[in-house]
Amino acid sequence: MRINRKGSIIALLLVVLMLAFGSLAAAKAPVLRMATTTSTDNTGLLDYLAPILLKDTGIEIQWVSVGTGKALEYGRNGDVDVVLTHSPSQEDKFMSEGAGANRRKVMYNDFVLIGPANDPAGVKGKPVTEALAAIAAKGQPLVSRADKSGTHTAELKLLKAAGVKDFDKAKWYVQTGQGMLKTINIADEQGGYALTDRGTFIKYEAGLKGKPGLVIVCEGDPELLNRYSVMAVSPLKHPHVKYDLALKYIDWITSSKVQKDIADFKVEGKQLFFPEAEIRAGH
Amino acid sequence: MNILFTTLRLTLLSMGGILLIGLPVGFALGYFDFPGKRAIRTAVDTLLALPTVVIGLLVYAFISRRGPLGGWELLFTVEGMAIGQIILGTPIVAAYTAAAIEGLDDRLRQTLLTLGASGGRLALASLWEARFLVLVAALTAFGRIIGEVGSAMMLGGNIKWHTRTITTAITLETGKGEFALGIALGVILILISLILNISLSLLRRRTRG
Repeated sequence: MRINRKGSIIALLLVVLMLAFGSLAAAKAPVLRMATTTSTDNTGLLDYLAPILLKDTGIEIQWVSVGTGKALEYGRNGDVDVVLTHSPSQEDKFMSEGAGANRRKVMYNDFVLIGPANDPAGVKGKPVTEALAAIAAKGQPLVSRADKSGTHTAELKLLKAAGVKDFDKAKWYVQTGQGMLKTINIADEQGGYALTDRGTFIKYEAGLKGKPGLVIVCEGDPELLNRYSVMAVSPLKHPHVKYDLALKYIDWITSSKVQKDIADFKVEGKQLFFPEAEIRAGH
Repeated sequence: MNILFTTLRLTLLSMGGILLIGLPVGFALGYFDFPGKRAIRTAVDTLLALPTVVIGLLVYAFISRRGPLGGWELLFTVEGMAIGQIILGTPIVAAYTAAAIEGLDDRLRQTLLTLGASGGRLALASLWEARFLVLVAALTAFGRIIGEVGSAMMLGGNIKWHTRTITTAITLETGKGEFALGIALGVILILISLILNISLSLLRRRTRG
């Protein structure tokens, strides 16, 4: 019984120590909370930028990476101070509701349509809308994230532009409800096509380590542009948000120095994000 | 290292809460007879099946800035995650403890009463007699919360250096395609469980002998 009591006292002390230590660590620098998309996190861009932010501004950034739809929902509920997303139509809605402030373009990259190397739907080199129409007409599997993410929203827009209808329950339209890389892997297993951001595809390709897998069948179409924007959460709706820190962050990420840092960020030797804030400088 | 630390901190915090609520509730349910007891036991048993994502969603609705407890700033903190884990683990401890206390020999109570034991002492002595089953209850709850990912992801947000636990890190690494790292983290999780179980069974042998 004595051993038992000693053990529990030690355990209790440990808990107290850990709690004390935890709160100390949290109180160091001003903390900015951001909701962002999986693509910026999974590629490692945010890990690369966070120490630069701390050095330049003294702000510590904490982020949650979820689909664009959920990221904007966190913004609407005032759970974060700033959002970085890539779905212009959902962002327009967010802004028009008055949920956001000071929206700025940050960077872009592009979506690519990927599929099996033997290209059973025969879409290689076609414009993306024609390619999607051909996949639908031939009933080849099109694997979708179906999670209201930026990529999913872009895919829906393209399907609409391609005149493809009634795909929701169609046998060839596979809705995974999962993240980008998992969705690509499912497409790979099923020999299907998928729309993905280029960054995640490069990661997937690197993971194959030379084994055969899905390849890009459609790229470079202007319709495949993937734009990232940053927005502060409106202090009018949520007076508690750290609006000044959010503005500082937005100024920082759209500054020419950080834009260059973003351009310098490479995965597997390839540039993943292209600065776009400068285009609108002086706007 | 930080991930491990966060996981341990969350688990200890949650286990503290779970035992603090679960043991008295379980004891009361197993020891006393009162109206509505059967309904409460059914409710507790049903809560055992609550999916972790649903717990995450419910707690999120409360601790989000728009929720009734929004001002407490619990979302995306270890404390907020602990709320979810406590809701997850408490029914396990309560249900098992109730069953263990019910299963005690009634002669024990009679003996204690004749020895002049009063309410609080009686309760402690009964819990002590049922200690091994209660330990199993605690271990089951521990297993469920340390391997849980749904509510930890939702309430903690998987924030690096702050709320990233082993399970949410595994989810992240899987999402990144780093399968090997995910499996390595899984092995660490199993090792923690193994170490805990071995030390508890040693302790058990010692208190018995």
